Amino acid sequence: MMLNEIVSTAVKKFGVGREQLLPVLQYVVSQEKWLSEDALLGVARAFDMSAAEVYGVASFYSFLDTKPRGDYVIRVCRTVSCDMAGKEAIMEALEKTLHISVGETTADRKFTLLETNCMGWCAEGPAMLVNDYVYTGLTPEKVVDILQGYMAGA
Amino acid sequence: MNSDEKAKRLRGLQEKVNLIFREIDCIELLERAIKEDPETIIQKIIDSGLRGRGGAGFPAGLKWKGAKEAAGGIKYVVCNADEGEPGTFKDRRILDEQTDKVITGMAICAHAVNATEGSIYLRGEYNFLLSKLSAKCNTWNTIFKDKGLVFKVGVKSGSGAYVCGEETALFESMEGKRGEPRNKPPFPVIAGYMDEPTVINNVETLAYAAMIIADGPESFKAIGTKDSMGGKVFSISGDASVKGIFELPLGMNLQEFVDLFGDDDTKAVQVGGSSGVCVPRKNFADTIIGFEGVPTGGSMMLFNSTRSMYHVLENYLEFFEEESCGQCTPCRAGCQQLLKGIEAVRSGEKPLSYIEKLRDLAQVMSVASKCGLGQSLVNPFNSITRYFREEICY
Ligand SMILES: Cc1cc2nc3c(=O)[nH]c(=O)nc-3n(C[C@H](O)[C@H](O)[C@H](O)COP(=O)(O)O)c2cc1C
Ligand code: SF4
Repeated sequence: MMLNEIVSTAVKKFGVGREQLLPVLQYVVSQEKWLSEDALLGVARAFDMSAAEVYGVASFYSFLDTKPRGDYVIRVCRTVSCDMAGKEAIMEALEKTLHISVGETTADRKFTLLETNCMGWCAEGPAMLVNDYVYTGLTPEKVVDILQGYMAGA
Repeated sequence: MNSDEKAKRLRGLQEKVNLIFREIDCIELLERAIKEDPETIIQKIIDSGLRGRGGAGFPAGLKWKGAKEAAGGIKYVVCNADEGEPGTFKDRRILDEQTDKVITGMAICAHAVNATEGSIYLRGEYNFLLSKLSAKCNTWNTIFKDKGLVFKVGVKSGSGAYVCGEETALFESMEGKRGEPRNKPPFPVIAGYMDEPTVINNVETLAYAAMIIADGPESFKAIGTKDSMGGKVFSISGDASVKGIFELPLGMNLQEFVDLFGDDDTKAVQVGGSSGVCVPRKNFADTIIGFEGVPTGGSMMLFNSTRSMYHVLENYLEFFEEESCGQCTPCRAGCQQLLKGIEAVRSGEKPLSYIEKLRDLAQVMSVASKCGLGQSLVNPFNSITRYFREEICY
C-alpha cells in the first residue's frame, strides 16, 4: 500500500477526532514500521493539525518511531530481572548474528535492534519482543534460531 | 525449611486467599449486581476495605463515591492496564485469564457511579492481548445491552511510555496527546478523561471489586490486616527459588516472604518495583508487606549476595532518566544528576560523601516534582544508598 492509502485507510477506520490520533499513528506504524516526515504530514493534514504538534505527540512514545525501522523491530528488555537472567549474552548473540549494534537497522532494512524497559516477563527472562510477539526464557542459541526463522521467512 | 515444607506452607497461604483466579459466573454476578442500588454497591466496597492495587492504595469505595457524587455530563470508568513498573507482571495474567472478571468489575463500577463508557488502557508491550480483549469487549457490550445496562467498553492501546500509567498522563494519552501528567487537583473523579468525572482503577482492583460483590465484603475483610485488608497478587522475580505470580494475603512480614520465596542467600528485596523501597536482610523481620509497612503494587524483586546493588540502582536511574516526561525541572534535571552523580562516585571522581548531596537532591525531588514518577525516586535512591552505601564505590 502507498503511504497516502495507509493514512486514508487509518482515517477511515478511526476517524479524525483528536482522541483518534494515537490509534491512527499506531496503524501507520503497524504498516510502515515507522513514521516518516511524509507520514506525519499526511496525518497532520487529515487531522487539520500542525505537523509540529503531530510530531510532538509521536516523539513522546517509544513505539511511535520517527526514525526508519526494519520489518522486524527487536526490543530486548534491559530491566534488572532480565539483566540478571543474562540479557547481555542475548544482546551479544543478536548483535553478532545481525552484524549491527543496539539502535541500528540492518542494511536490508529487515531488522532493527533496540533495548526497551520492563516488558512484564520478569519471572521468565531474558525476554524480547519482535514486533508484537514475545519471546521469553531466551538463550543465545534460541535467539539465533529465532532470527534464522525470520531470515528464512520472507 | 526444605522445599516440601515451603510448598506446603505456600499452599496453605494460597488457600486462604483464592479470589482473583477463582472461576465464577460473571454474567450471573452482573445480573445480581445491577439489581442492587448503586449506594449499596459502593457501601460494600467501602466496607470491604479495598484499597487500590496499582500502588498508591487509595480506598476504592471512596473513589467510586466521589465519582458518583460528581456533577458531569458523561462519566467514565478506566481500567489501568499500563503495568509498566519494573518487576510487575501480574496484570498481564489477570487480564489474560480473568478478562470477564475485570470487565464485570468495570460494569459494576459503571452501575455504581452511573458511568456510560469504559476503556481498558493496555500498554503497547501487551498488544498480543489486543485482539482477544477487543473480542471480549464486543461480547460484553452485547450482554450489557441485553441486561439493560447502558454501558460500553473498549480497549485503547498505549505506545511505550511508563509515565502513561500515571492516571492523568493516561487520560492525556487517551485524548491523543503527549502523556504528560496534569496538575492535581482536580482529581480524576471530578475531571478525568475528557475533563469528565472518571473512576480509574488498576486491573487487580477491579477484579477484587467484582469478587467483593460476588462474595460480600466480610470474607474479603477477614483476610489480611486492619490496614491492609484482602489479598494481593504478587509478581516475584530476581534471585528467587520460586518465581512468578502468586495471590497471597497482605500483611505478611518480609522474613516470612523470603523464607518462602528466597534462595537462602537473599540480601535485599526491592518492594514495589523501581519506585519502591529496598529492604536489607537485617530489616526483613520488622517489615510488613502492606500499607502499614512497605506498600507494593505487587513487584517483589529478590537479590542475593552475588549482586551489586550499585548496578541495581544504576539500572533504576537509567530507567527513570529515560522515562521522565521532562515536563518539570526537578525530575528532568534530577534524574540525570542522580545518575551522573553515582557514576562519578563510582569512578572516584567524587568522594563517597557526595552521596549525601545526592540524597538531598532526591529528597527535594520528592516534594518538588509534579507527579509520582519524580516524587517516588527517593524511595529506591535513599534506601539503596543508605543500606548499601559501600557498594556504591566498590
Ligand atoms: C509514574 C507512574 C506510573 C504508574 N503506573 C501505573 C500502572 O502501570 N498501573 C496502575 O494501575 N497504576 C499506575 N500508577 C498509579 C495510577 O496513577 C493510579 O494511582 C492508579 O491507576 C489508580 O488505581 P488503583 O487505585 O486501583 O490503584 C502509576 C503512577 C505513577 C506516578
Ligand atoms: S515528575 Fe517527572 S514524569 Fe512527572 S511530570 Fe515531572 S518530569 Fe514528568
